[in-house]
Amino acid sequence: MLVYLLRRLVNVVVMLVIVSMVTFGIFFMVPKITGSDPALLYAGRETNKTAIEGIRKKMGLDKPITTQYGLFLKGIVAGRDYDQGSQITHCPAPCFGYSFKNEQPVWPDLKQRIPVTMSLAAGASVLWLIGGVATGVISALRRRTVLDRVTMITALAGVSLPIYFTGLVCSAVFIYSLEWMETINYAPLTDDPAAWLNSMILPWITLAFLFAATYARLTRATMLEILGEDYIRTARAKGLKEQVVIRKHALRSTLTPIITVFGLDLGALLGGAVLTESTFSLPGMGKAAVDAINSGDLPVIMGVTIIAAFFVVMANLIVDLLYAVVDPRVRLT
Amino acid sequence: MTDNTPTQDKQPAGPVGVPEQGGARPEAFLSVRNLKVHFPTDDGIVKSVDGLSFQLEKGKTLGIVGESGSGKSVTSLAVMGLHRSGQARSRPDISGEIWLDGEELIGAGDDHVRKLRGRQMSMIFQDPLSAMHPYYTVGAQIVEAYRNHHDVSKKAARARAVEMLDRVGIPEPAKRVDAYPHEFSGGMRQRAMIAMSLVNNPELLIADEPTTALDVTVQAQILDLIRDLQKEFGSAVIMITHDLGVVAEMADDILVMYGGRCVERGTAEQVFYEPRHPYTWGLLTSMPRIDKEETDRLVPVKGSPPSLINIPSGCAFNPRCPYADVPKGGITRTTRPELQQVEGDHFAACHMSPEDRTRIWTQEIAPKL
Repeated sequence: MLVYLLRRLVNVVVMLVIVSMVTFGIFFMVPKITGSDPALLYAGRETNKTAIEGIRKKMGLDKPITTQYGLFLKGIVAGRDYDQGSQITHCPAPCFGYSFKNEQPVWPDLKQRIPVTMSLAAGASVLWLIGGVATGVISALRRRTVLDRVTMITALAGVSLPIYFTGLVCSAVFIYSLEWMETINYAPLTDDPAAWLNSMILPWITLAFLFAATYARLTRATMLEILGEDYIRTARAKGLKEQVVIRKHALRSTLTPIITVFGLDLGALLGGAVLTESTFSLPGMGKAAVDAINSGDLPVIMGVTIIAAFFVVMANLIVDLLYAVVDPRVRLT
Repeated sequence: MTDNTPTQDKQPAGPVGVPEQGGARPEAFLSVRNLKVHFPTDDGIVKSVDGLSFQLEKGKTLGIVGESGSGKSVTSLAVMGLHRSGQARSRPDISGEIWLDGEELIGAGDDHVRKLRGRQMSMIFQDPLSAMHPYYTVGAQIVEAYRNHHDVSKKAARARAVEMLDRVGIPEPAKRVDAYPHEFSGGMRQRAMIAMSLVNNPELLIADEPTTALDVTVQAQILDLIRDLQKEFGSAVIMITHDLGVVAEMADDILVMYGGRCVERGTAEQVFYEPRHPYTWGLLTSMPRIDKEETDRLVPVKGSPPSLINIPSGCAFNPRCPYADVPKGGITRTTRPELQQVEGDHFAACHMSPEDRTRIWTQEIAPKL
């Protein structure tokens, strides 16, 4: 078990190094081959040769690519110094470099954004798990009834409709037509819980609707399959109440595939719910990624990518550990 | 027939003849009368069981024999009331009477039958690996079966589970009680399954192909175990199988099913020594024999079982019957043969005259066995 955990953690690190290599390669090596220059991006439109030279030196772009990558990695792990000639700026770990746009270090900004994305993902995931699994189970038990058909068609709509559509419709209905809530800017939970909640409810519902739809369909399909299993017949042959058969025997098996998908979804979401954050103007990781891509802010893009990769890899690990808890047949070796 | 033949001292298990007329409370412990289980499907009505009657006394074993799809398992599920679970619209249409210990079950309420299930009647399934929940320990599953019908503490139920595991011959039961089904061998799993079905001392035990998924050496042990436990608890046992060897070893009475109906029934001796239905002959000649010197080829029953949606209107076995051309004394092909008494409790459903059948059996079939 401990050996397994250690091995998996090593895998996590390897995975992250690979991700960093690929992103670094795409952003700093490919431009060199194609003839463009990251320093130009940094310098902006109005520039001159000396300024670019200064930037090159400061960013270390004059050094060989492997050294650059080494410095980049070192920055993340231990922090790094930028030599501007006249002065040396220290960028503490984890250092993803300085934003090309506002010349601020990337990490402190992203650090502020993580709780936003986490709030969004956590709240939405609770909603969609409860909503999706519950409707899926009910749909499976009431198979081929009107209720089942209505839920499944709604679920199909949920899967098909894009976030920016449902999000805008939600805003239009709840904020502008019904006036049940107001547009409120995001505030951290610790500062102003009421504002936090108010700013989160609609994004939660919108995001949860999309995922709940997928989960309802998955739950329904799995549940129907499980209900045909021999051990369900055995449970009934024992004289258990149908409710107990469903809750204790069928549901437990149904949850196994749900856990897998849930872990991966949550991991991916923690790296930034791009569409939801953009639609509701939430200052999360996804919003940062979109803004950075629009303005060609390479260090920010790389920072977001690596942090997102970290969440996905960790989610994978946690899913595998949970699997062994749920299914006694799974051995962690 | 030598070692796996029913021994002469076995007494017939009470009347196996046509049960008394419908409606009245029967004397037998289990009495099934004119049971019909029809599944409505898009292609038509599947008549899985179509007018089946039999009786069984406590302490006796009834072997139900037939090919796949002959309605054996559906019969057992109907007796257990397991067709009731699940959704209303996928339930089969079921009619007839099932009397268990003086109580009619088909007309009884779902919840009432559920309470009998697992306590008064219980079932052993074919494949213990898929029939036990993979996520719960063997002990937890036995405890669940026990506590569902007994208001006892978890500790007492666990002690009972250990006792049952010990009784069915699982070594180190106090330790194995916490093992998961996948940690058991096939034979051990079936033993655990038996422990689970017998934990409430049921009066009726239905074993649906209990040895099919096991290898041959373990099969005999499991059958011995079921027989011993039957003696100990005095339960009535229905042994459902396609293996004539198993019924020969276990059954007092035998019921041969074909196409959802009974084609022959009688005591084990009668069915094995004096069978009077061509299908039973076919089953006997297709059975491998360990006690025979010659390496004769096995003779399979030609053709395949009938579709239960379009059962031939006459004798269901007619299309496969090697004696279909024997003159039937004016009986048309579309007339369905009813069970007719051969002798005592021995009944068979065949249009051939009793004389013809006796002649064919003694002259053509018996010498080849």
